[in-house]
Amino acid sequence: MNIVPYLLLATLEGLVQASVLTLTALGLSVVFGTMRVVNVAHGEFFMLGAVGAWACAFLMPGPPWVGFVVALLVAPAIVGILAAAADWAILKRIDYDPEATIISTIGLLYIIQQFVLMTFGPNAQAVDTPFYYTIRFPWFGYSSYKIFIIVAAVVLVLILWRLMKGSRIGLMMRATQYDKDTAQNFGIPVDRVYSGVFAVGAMLAAIAGVLVVPSQQAHYLMGHDPLLLSFVVVIVGGLGSIPGTIAAAVLIGLSDGLLSVFFSPTLAKIASTLLVALVLVFKPEGLFGKADR
Amino acid sequence: MISHDRKLLVLCLAVLAVLFALQFVLSSYLVLALTRILILAVFAMGYNILMGYTGLLSLGHSMFFAAGLYASGLVSYYWGVPLGWAFLIGIVASAVVSLVIGLLALRTEAVAFMIVTLMFSQVAFLSTLHFSKITGGDQGLTLPTSARSFDLFGLVLDLTNDTTRFNIAFVVFAAVLLLTYAATRGPFGRLLVAVRGNADRTEMLGFDIYAVKLMAFTLSGTIAGTAGALYGLMFGFIGSSFADFQNSIQPLLFTLVGGPGTLLGPLLGTGLMTMLIDRLSGLTTAYLIVVGVLLIVMTLWFPKGILGTIRDKWARWLN
Repeated sequence: MNIVPYLLLATLEGLVQASVLTLTALGLSVVFGTMRVVNVAHGEFFMLGAVGAWACAFLMPGPPWVGFVVALLVAPAIVGILAAAADWAILKRIDYDPEATIISTIGLLYIIQQFVLMTFGPNAQAVDTPFYYTIRFPWFGYSSYKIFIIVAAVVLVLILWRLMKGSRIGLMMRATQYDKDTAQNFGIPVDRVYSGVFAVGAMLAAIAGVLVVPSQQAHYLMGHDPLLLSFVVVIVGGLGSIPGTIAAAVLIGLSDGLLSVFFSPTLAKIASTLLVALVLVFKPEGLFGKADR
Repeated sequence: MISHDRKLLVLCLAVLAVLFALQFVLSSYLVLALTRILILAVFAMGYNILMGYTGLLSLGHSMFFAAGLYASGLVSYYWGVPLGWAFLIGIVASAVVSLVIGLLALRTEAVAFMIVTLMFSQVAFLSTLHFSKITGGDQGLTLPTSARSFDLFGLVLDLTNDTTRFNIAFVVFAAVLLLTYAATRGPFGRLLVAVRGNADRTEMLGFDIYAVKLMAFTLSGTIAGTAGALYGLMFGFIGSSFADFQNSIQPLLFTLVGGPGTLLGPLLGTGLMTMLIDRLSGLTTAYLIVVGVLLIVMTLWFPKGILGTIRDKWARWLN
């Protein structure tokens, strides 16, 4: 018996999961890194992306890829605007107090989730894959769409990395993160940086939602697991550290598939959640990150 | 100061008297609703000790509620333990769980504390699902008829009777209210408020704030567990939905609306919110949207809640 095909398949599936997780968790991580706030409604932005993709596929005539491309542009844009509005209407007014932010983003979570329940309904909805081409390996065929997810995630992460490290916007973000008041004094529009960062974080989750929906159905409660897993990734990777977040997402995405083979999914979730809680208690800087300020 | 505390005590006793009298006035449906409100108010009062008085925001109190609920419910379901003992077992179990979780979670602060409590309670919730062979999981367990009545010093109390249930809930509520009154006055109460106000300074003054926080945490969790044990035994049902995230948000919302750090705030918040939610859930399946809106409205404009705002404006003694 040849083990190579099994390993290859498990690795591919793991990488697909890791890609989606990386994008979602990076959103949470960027927001925490720059603004020092935890957005509990993050999973709902993911869900909005997925539901948005379904709505686009439903409304757009023509082949599935038209709806998909439109969704990839429109859904994150809408979610980004929504997030910026939430930042302006709520977070700014409570002065980004960490605890008040958590309570009000829990409120936001309920509002978004229940609004989708009222409009989209309680049923899960499937979306057609934008293209059906199957890549033939010697042992099995693999959906090219899933490969596309991996490629898209890598490209997006590279863009984000470039934005953070090599652009003026990234410089403003890092300055704001390092010392908000001094940054303000040097003429950096801290308010707008915060709104922008919050929007970008939400958009990353929305893009992940759009990407995931052809291989997984859209449902109003689907934001729950990505939120929890993103917490896990961000904490293990070191709060606010981008390389740590990516490393942790790939590690957890890959091992999640493997763990689920040996244990029941619930037991795997129990073990990973408990482990992460203990990491936070005993090693709050994360396993990869170094303690920053 | 003493006269202030006395004023508050008189108010508490008056509230208790009114609550007791209500059972003779209200219809049986409303008495049942009031019974639920009293039990949930106990839950919220437990939460308030930690959040309102000590300033520690937990997102995992459903774990303690569930500890009391499951410990008392399971021993009564599987081993037929008499209800009085089952209730005590529930209280002890939640005390142990909250002590252990407190020992771990209190090593962290602020946001990390919120997330750690959230994650521990998530573990507890998933465990109730995973061990569904014992706990009944989502479907839950309904306590058998034999566990619906018990013998208290020769007096047989039937838990399917509305009046009996109301009066048991009333007694527990009154006991917890007076306990909370006692715990939040005097040296210990001042210490809690000192930790909330400025933990570092309190430590500098020579107090062991970890121990203070741990006591508050355990007391808070145990009261939450008492509410859980009472809820399960009174209504004869235990299920994993009592352990989920939403049940952690519930006491937070009740306390926030009524007024964190006020003695009677949790009762007021629980009363208003349960009545509102009951009305709304008849109208729409998406009634939780109101919970969301209220959480935001309270943090934005009324972070001190109803009684907290009244206290600051007119009645300083309403702590």
